[in-house]
Amino acid sequence: MHAALLAFEQPTIDYHALAPEIVLAAGLVVVLLVDLFVDETRKWLVGTLTGLVLLGSLVPIATLALEGDTRVMFGGGYVVDDFSLVLKALFVIAGYVVVLLSTTYIEEGDYYEGEYFFLLGTSVLGMVMMASSRDLVSIFIALEFLSIPSYLLAAWRKRDVKSNEAGVKYLLLGVFSSALMLYGMSLLYGVAGSTLLVDIAAALREGADPIVAVAILFVVVGFAFKVSAVPFHTWAPDTYEGAPTPVTAFLSVASKAAGFVALITLVFVAFPDQKEVWQPLFWVLSALTMTVGNLLALRQTNIVRMLAYSSIAQGGFILMPLAVVGESPEAARDALTAVVTYLIVYAAMNLGAFAVVLIVARKTRSGEIASFGGLLQYAPGLAVCMTIFLFSLAGIPPLGGWIAKFAVFKSLLAAGGGWAVGLAVIGGLNSVIALYYYAGVARQMWMEPVPDGDDTPIRVPAPLGAALVLTVTATLVIGVLPNIVLRFGDLTELVALP
Amino acid sequence: MEHLTQDQWALSVGVFLPLVGVAVMMFIPRTEEQLHKLVALVTAAATLAVGIYTLVQFDYDQAEKLQFYVNERWIDVIDSRYIMGLDGMSLPLYILSMVVTLLVIVYSWDHIPSPGNPKAFLILMLVLQVGMAGTFVAQDLILFFVFFEVVLLPMYFMIGVWGGEQRKYASIKFFLYTLFGSALMLVAFIATYFQTGAESFSIEFLIANGSDIARTTQLWIFAGMFIGFAVKVPMFPFHTWLPDAHTQAPTQGSVILAAILLKLGTYGFIRIAIPVLPDAAEEWAPWIGLLAVIGIIYGALCCLAQTDMKRLIAFSSVAHMGFVMLGIATLTPFGFNAAIFGMVAHGLITGMLFFIAGSVKERYHTLEIRRLSGLLKQTPRMAWLLGLCTMASLGLPGLAGFWGEFPAILSAYNPAAGLPEETFRTFMVIAAIGTVLAAGYLLWLYQRAAFGEPTEEFVHDHHIHDMVLPEYLAWTPLVIGIIVLGVYPNLLFEVMDPAVNVALSAFGG
Repeated sequence: MHAALLAFEQPTIDYHALAPEIVLAAGLVVVLLVDLFVDETRKWLVGTLTGLVLLGSLVPIATLALEGDTRVMFGGGYVVDDFSLVLKALFVIAGYVVVLLSTTYIEEGDYYEGEYFFLLGTSVLGMVMMASSRDLVSIFIALEFLSIPSYLLAAWRKRDVKSNEAGVKYLLLGVFSSALMLYGMSLLYGVAGSTLLVDIAAALREGADPIVAVAILFVVVGFAFKVSAVPFHTWAPDTYEGAPTPVTAFLSVASKAAGFVALITLVFVAFPDQKEVWQPLFWVLSALTMTVGNLLALRQTNIVRMLAYSSIAQGGFILMPLAVVGESPEAARDALTAVVTYLIVYAAMNLGAFAVVLIVARKTRSGEIASFGGLLQYAPGLAVCMTIFLFSLAGIPPLGGWIAKFAVFKSLLAAGGGWAVGLAVIGGLNSVIALYYYAGVARQMWMEPVPDGDDTPIRVPAPLGAALVLTVTATLVIGVLPNIVLRFGDLTELVALP
Repeated sequence: MEHLTQDQWALSVGVFLPLVGVAVMMFIPRTEEQLHKLVALVTAAATLAVGIYTLVQFDYDQAEKLQFYVNERWIDVIDSRYIMGLDGMSLPLYILSMVVTLLVIVYSWDHIPSPGNPKAFLILMLVLQVGMAGTFVAQDLILFFVFFEVVLLPMYFMIGVWGGEQRKYASIKFFLYTLFGSALMLVAFIATYFQTGAESFSIEFLIANGSDIARTTQLWIFAGMFIGFAVKVPMFPFHTWLPDAHTQAPTQGSVILAAILLKLGTYGFIRIAIPVLPDAAEEWAPWIGLLAVIGIIYGALCCLAQTDMKRLIAFSSVAHMGFVMLGIATLTPFGFNAAIFGMVAHGLITGMLFFIAGSVKERYHTLEIRRLSGLLKQTPRMAWLLGLCTMASLGLPGLAGFWGEFPAILSAYNPAAGLPEETFRTFMVIAAIGTVLAAGYLLWLYQRAAFGEPTEEFVHDHHIHDMVLPEYLAWTPLVIGIIVLGVYPNLLFEVMDPAVNVALSAFGG
């Protein structure tokens, strides 16, 4: 035993499987070097390059997906399966859209450009790693990898007190949640004697120990901070409002998705037999998150804060299937489909909404919902795009959001039983509440007069326009032909075994 | 089940053709108002042409079968397919939606409501048409649901942007009510899917297997569908969005709302809720009948209390849809036939009434009944038409309204086996009283608005003129429809009856 521990065996490294990470890491080093050597007037190169690096990493993701084999590395701690590939692609594309959203903002705001894009790319790399992690250590490293750059990014408007507040709040609560999670992980290691998720699952199968429940609770709560589930959401609105808007978009879409990916991995691979511990936990978190998020969103007058609370509420929806995962293998499968589908659709529509907010704010210099008044009069295209995103978030067919909500409801009803149906009803009521504030923004754009009568047209910078086209196309196409994403979401299982 | 697969493109083209017009209009600048109207008009006309083609190609000897049947892959993961088909129950409503959209666009030629922007207005109208036509031909629950919801957004904006004083309140109320209903409806759909073995969302499949669902489960699922459809119809007590939406909507919106959108709810009952869940339908039928007759009386009493012409017509819709629902509640072929006829007739008549109300409002800038007087003197032709429509609406024999109302009442005399006969006969009596009240409020309206001398304030108003060309063009087909169906109702009954019998086969119909 002792000797076995000491002996170091060179792990075989599957370079093809790691290619996306390698492309990203190498590319980001190049980005950093380029940043050192270009002068101030040509800093835009850095952003473009980061975008290209992100797109470049899609190539190995695509080749891996076409090959279709599951690749397991490091004794089962790092896995490349369909699930991880779909999410890697999602993170990379979402990262690319955020780069598009940032380019003009960072350029015009007179902020550090090179470092910004480097940190953004690093955070995406952390997410890409998260999708493959099947080991407590690699999960934790991926989490910190994606979190630490985003603490910095949140405080990027360093001359603005609110942005500083955003960064500090995010940092403090983020570190606090990491500590909680680490404590839970240490308990798990104590019980299982291994950090591999499969080993933990095997160890936990043998018998219930109260300590296990505590450990699971800590780990789940740690991630609940990350996905801003109520009551662990308090950092989110302030951070979202204070952070630069593209960063807010990034946090509310990509970071949140990464948190969910970790939760799913843990639930499916590490704790499959402890459903009596985490199912009620997710039930309560989900019901609270969507209800509180929605009720608070109703009261917001600032569009970013409104989107912050809406994103909290959407998180509650994504948590819903997790409350029934353990009921049956079919329920687990449906839940996995639902969560992955939701994450994909949510990324498209939420990033799109932020794109419009960014474009409009360039003109109005305001974050108030009232500043959207009369948008249809002077920028009909933007108004229609925003309408599409908002009602997609509300889940109105034929816009993308409906299929995500549908998948969630279906997974709940597939599990059946009073608790599942009860949660579905709470979810249904919440969709109606949510519609009210989404429609409130649409009302401003369509039915209210232009504030100050200033109806000069809006110029849309090319990168933002590209982001808008991408997201609006995705939102519409997914809504009409849901097969496109549901096929990716239709994952039979999470591969874990070595 | 056998299907006819002639011209498989016909329904898809008929449903989605308006989107071509929308795509064209998106690239035309907003200032080209006439061009927008022209494109919309051509699109709607082309859509109707496709509709007429289906009307011609429809095999009337096999009206009980789904025709122009398409069954393609759509969403594999949830076993939902792109299934479209048209039988005798769908045909009248499908064509009606196309006709009404075209007429509304014709009417819009010089009646774009304030604040203008025909581009947005007409684009929304065409999108609305996609949802309406699609709902009537979708043969898969998820497809049905998507089309059912597609109409929400355009209607919300149509009321909210182009509506009256209270438009913001009315539009969001409409939206929230309908969304609440459809959320429950969706849950019921998914529950049906799981209860029938999670195999398919095809309506035919569910009809074949739905009756195996345990009775108590059926009752719950039916309740979900019931609320979804009842909000749309709307049935008492879910109707409170309707008077606001109708009154505040622009004329075109009111017409479409009355003529087509309300029928999505009743159609849902006869196409989905009742055939799929026959046991639950039987259990629920007396309650539906009760709510229907309450709606008839309540709607009529509300009409008597209205001082605004448009609001009065809106409440009369509640009453008329009560008759339709009473016919449906009997679960007999006779009642169903009456109900579908009632839907079409109500679409033509109430659509026409809202058109006239809109034109009156445009000329007099008010719809307050006591300020209107002597329409017959100032705008004789329009007032005559108003007369014809009120007569049709109160169910005068020889006009279309009669064949919706009278058979519905009659059908309650003999409800399907298993339903309480006395209860339904009581309903019949109450409904009959409702027709008397209808005559009361409609004649009273006509008397106050059309007879007498024009009031002081309008008598010298030179802006008040009789009908203009777009009004003639938009209204003539509706009037012809009202008269032809009134004189020869068999035209419709013949088409519907075979399909109705199939829908009710679970009840020994």
